[in-house]
Amino acid sequence: MIAFMIRRITQALIVIIIISIIGFAIKQSVGDPLRELLGISVSAEEREEFREKLGLNDPWYVQYGRFLSDATHGDLGTSMFYKRPATEVILEKAPATLELVLVSSILIIVLSVPLGVFSAIRPNSLLSRFLMGSSIVGVSIPVFLTAIMLVYIFSIKLGWLPSYGRGDVVMIGGWGTGLLTLDGWKHILMPSVALSSIMLPLFIRLIRSEMMEVLESEYIKYAWAKGLTHKRVWFIHAFKNTLLPVITVGGVQLGVTIAFTILTETVFQWQGLGFMFMEAVERSDAPLLVAYLMFVGIVMVGVNTIVDMIYGLINPTIRISGGK
Amino acid sequence: MSKLLEVKDLVIKFALRTGEVTATNGVSFTLNKGERLGLVGESGAGKSVTGFSIINLISKPGYIASGEVDFLGENLAKVSDERMRSIRGNRISMIFQDPMMTLNPVLTIGTQMTETLHQHNPNMSKEEARNIALDKLCKVYIPSPEKRLAQYPHEFSGGMRQRIIIAIALLTGPELIIADEPTTALDVTIQAEIMELLMELCETEDMGLLLITHDLAVVGQVTQNIAVMYAGSVVEKGLTAQVIANPQHPYSQGLIAALPQSSKHGERLNQIPGMMPTLKDIPPGCAFNPRCSHVMDICKTETPCLRLGENGNLVACHLYPESE
Repeated sequence: MIAFMIRRITQALIVIIIISIIGFAIKQSVGDPLRELLGISVSAEEREEFREKLGLNDPWYVQYGRFLSDATHGDLGTSMFYKRPATEVILEKAPATLELVLVSSILIIVLSVPLGVFSAIRPNSLLSRFLMGSSIVGVSIPVFLTAIMLVYIFSIKLGWLPSYGRGDVVMIGGWGTGLLTLDGWKHILMPSVALSSIMLPLFIRLIRSEMMEVLESEYIKYAWAKGLTHKRVWFIHAFKNTLLPVITVGGVQLGVTIAFTILTETVFQWQGLGFMFMEAVERSDAPLLVAYLMFVGIVMVGVNTIVDMIYGLINPTIRISGGK
Repeated sequence: MSKLLEVKDLVIKFALRTGEVTATNGVSFTLNKGERLGLVGESGAGKSVTGFSIINLISKPGYIASGEVDFLGENLAKVSDERMRSIRGNRISMIFQDPMMTLNPVLTIGTQMTETLHQHNPNMSKEEARNIALDKLCKVYIPSPEKRLAQYPHEFSGGMRQRIIIAIALLTGPELIIADEPTTALDVTIQAEIMELLMELCETEDMGLLLITHDLAVVGQVTQNIAVMYAGSVVEKGLTAQVIANPQHPYSQGLIAALPQSSKHGERLNQIPGMMPTLKDIPPGCAFNPRCSHVMDICKTETPCLRLGENGNLVACHLYPESE
C-alpha cells in the first residue's frame, strides 16, 4: 500500500510539473511584463537594462527554473487588476468555489447512489423509467440555462431564494464560509443545484448501468445460491463492485465540476474562482489566469490522487500489485 | 434407501419476446440419500437449467411451467421465496462452473465463507463460524487456512478457488450438492484432483451429488446413476456402469462411441452427425430423429415414452417395445 501511494504521488508530481510548464508558457506568451511595469515613457536603453536586470534575457529554462522556485514559495506573480499577489487573490476566492463544489458533490452523492441503485434493482418500475427519461433531459440542458430557469422560478416568480451573491459569510481563520448561516445556505442552494444538474443524471445512469452489469455476474448468482438475503446481495456483494468504476469516473468528474463553476458562478454572481477567472479573461490579467490554471490543476491532481487511494483501499487487486 | 430428491415431469419455459421456448420437456429423475447422479448431454440439452431449477434460480425470463421438485417431501417448485432462500446454500449447496468468476473479487474468503453460516444460523458467534470455516478449508486440503481466510480470491489459483467453493458448499452440512460442470474450467490435472475430492467428501459427509457435466469419463468415475439428456428431455437413465458399458438409446451410443478412447489410433474420431436442434426448432416426434442412424417412420411423428431397455435401463426410443 505504501509503495502504491509513493508511486501515485510521484505520478501526481509529474503532472503538476507539466501543468507548470503550460502555465509558464502562457505567462511567457501573453503580455509584456516590462510594459506593465514601466509604462510607455521609458527609453529603449533603459528597457534593455531592466530586461537584463529582471532576467528576461536569460534562456527559457533559467526563467522556468525561477518561475518554478517562485511558485513553490507561493509566488505566482502579481495580479495586474488587483495589484496584489495572484496567490493571495486565489486563496481569497477559493473558499467560495470549494464550498459550492462541496455542497453540489454531496448533493450528487446523496441523491445518485440511492436513485442509481434503485433503478438498477427495479429496472422496470415507474420511478426507474421516469429517472431514465428525465436524466436524459437533465444532461441535455446546459448549466447556464438551468441556472437562469432556477433564478426565474425561485427568485423572480416565487421570491423564495436570493438570486446572487453568497449572503452572510463568517470568517474562520482565512476561510470565509457561508455554510454556518441560514442566509448563506439560502444563497448556496440554487448555485449548487445548478452545478449538479449535469453530473447528477450522469451519475444516476452510471451507477445504474454498472450495478446492472454486476447483478448479471456469476458471483452474484452464486451469492443468491448461497441463500443470502436481498439486502446482503445488493448492498454488500453488488454495491461494492459497482463502486469501483464509479469512483474512478467520479474523481475525474469532480474536476470537471470545478470547471463548470465558471458558468454557474457567472450566472449567480458567485464571488469564487470561476467568476474571478471570467473577469481576469476580460481584463487580460495574465498572472491571475496562470495562477488560476496552476491552482485548479493542483486541486484536480490532488483530488484524483486521493480518489485513486480510496480506490486502492476498496479494490484488493490494486493493493497487491502496488505492494510488489 | 430413502429418496432425497425427486424431479417429476419438470417443464421449464423461457418467456422470450418472440414467444415461449421450452427448455426442458418433462424431465424426471430420482436421487436417493447419499447417492451420486450424473446428468449428461451436449451443451444446450437443458442440464444446467434443470440443476438451477431445483433451487429456483433459473435466469430471468425462464420459469418452471409445470412439474415437481420434491426435496425430502417438500415441493420446491411451490415453496415461498423465503423458504427457498433458507434451503439454498443450507440444505442444498451449489458448485458453479468457473471458479474464477464465482467468488466475489472484493470480499475476503473469510467473509464469503462465514456469511453463509451467519445467514442460516443467525445466532452463531463469529468465533464459531470462523472455526467451522477453518475446519472445512482443512477438509478440502487448503494449506495454512488461518492465513487464507484473510485473503482475496485473486490470491488463489483456479484449482484452489474451486476447493474453496467446495468448502463453502460443505459449511452447513447440506444433504445435496448440485455441481454444474465443476471441472470444465480447470486444467486436466486439476480436474481429476477436484473430482476425487468431491467424491471423497460426498462419501464421508453422506451427501447426495447431482453432477451436471458433458464429460462421460468423469460421470463414469464418480456416479452410481446417470441420466442422459437430449434437447430438453431425458432419453436414457439407469446405472452408470450399465449405461456406459451397454448404452441403449442411439444418442447414448453415439456419445459413448465419440469418446476418444473408443477409437483406434490413427483413425478419425467418431462423431454423431448433425447438430442438436435449438430450442426453437425441435423436430416433431423423437427430437433425435434427424441425427439417428436407426430412424423409422414412427420416430418422425410420435415422441417415444420411457421404456425398459435390455439391461434394466429406462430408454426413450421406439426401437424397444413399450413396457406395460
